[in-house]
Amino acid sequence: MDVTVTDLTCRRGEAIVLEGVSFVLPPGRALALRGPNGAGKTTLLRTLAGLTPPVAGTMPDPERAAYAAHADGLKAQLTIGENLAFWAAIFGTGRAEIEKAAMAFDLGPLHGRLAAELSAGQKRRAGLARLLVTGRPLWLLDEPTVSLDRAAVDRFARVMRAHLDAGGSAILATHIDLGIEADELDVTVFVAKSDATLRDPFAEAVE
Amino acid sequence: MNALLLRDLRLAIRAGGGFGLGLAFFLILATLVPLAVGPRPDLLAPVAPGILWLGALLACLLSLDRIFALDAEDGSLDLLAMAPLPLEGVATTKALAHWITTGLPLALAAGPLSLLLFLSASALPWLILALLVGTPALSWLGTFGAALTVGLRRGSLLLSLLVLPLYIPTLVFGAEVVRRGAAGLPVATPLALLAAITLGCVALLPFATAAALRVNLR
Repeated sequence: MDVTVTDLTCRRGEAIVLEGVSFVLPPGRALALRGPNGAGKTTLLRTLAGLTPPVAGTMPDPERAAYAAHADGLKAQLTIGENLAFWAAIFGTGRAEIEKAAMAFDLGPLHGRLAAELSAGQKRRAGLARLLVTGRPLWLLDEPTVSLDRAAVDRFARVMRAHLDAGGSAILATHIDLGIEADELDVTVFVAKSDATLRDPFAEAVE
Repeated sequence: MNALLLRDLRLAIRAGGGFGLGLAFFLILATLVPLAVGPRPDLLAPVAPGILWLGALLACLLSLDRIFALDAEDGSLDLLAMAPLPLEGVATTKALAHWITTGLPLALAAGPLSLLLFLSASALPWLILALLVGTPALSWLGTFGAALTVGLRRGSLLLSLLVLPLYIPTLVFGAEVVRRGAAGLPVATPLALLAAITLGCVALLPFATAAALRVNLR
């Protein structure tokens, strides 16, 4: 199934950040978001993940997406195995996905270790393994290779290629070249011209 | 929902999980009051219901800011919001986990601690029953407050100020049940009102909590 985004207007808080974002991503393809820091790459990814409702436009159902942000979503007092098992239970997948994910990211030796004891790169690998555990076809990746070493980056590129070959798709914001053939989307083209803000009394009350 | 409940309970009992924080506070309060006031049954017995309820309420307040803040910090909250589980379910589960780790132990510990305050034996069953019926409201209200303040740094002061006024009805009726129980009066009316507050909170607040979380996530 294509990932089709048309005329999407994205907000961050009450400010409109991006306007008229449109692209079509066929299955098995990756899309790399380009643009300097602060251009709105993370905002676009959070909107596609369903965390921020879009102001206007159409986008694919967020129920198809899995999101890997800067934070890994690991609980420090739980072991890597417990963390992955928790996300598998929440996303309704099973033992097979956990084992596949642990294998793909070489987490076997870390399975019984508390997340608190791991290095940043090891935690990152476990955080990325969560993408496989969710079993969702569209991956939204925000700087996925931060704190990974060369070997882990190669490993991640292999996992991603396998995901794409299996008919999945991925949208990623990254500054390094993963060696994966990807379409490119320059986010700066869509940056909102006006400083329009939204009137949302409930949100104002909360904030 | 089971997985989330089990994870929260497991986190609470692991090192640094905060289980026992409320209980320890309750214990300290109930032990220090007789030391401060003096071991005089004629003074302590009349105020015991109020002190025990106040202690339970403040103990509950202590652990509220952890409900969502820790999940927001490590990114789990974003991922929970994307999960097939609705946010209302997340809110209910979080409140239930908070009650099991805070309200339930408080209700069970109140029995032995009431001896220190010379609470009359006839009031003891009512104290435990009132705490069991009333403390869920504290957890559900607190979860709502925690959702409102989740994005704020040092939000716990604001959280306390927001939540404390909402705790007053539960405090008033809860202490009234125990006071009437101690005096041998009928307790049906305050107990029914206490139960009504709890049921209303459990039924309605998860929707408000979920709405507040959605606003804070974007």
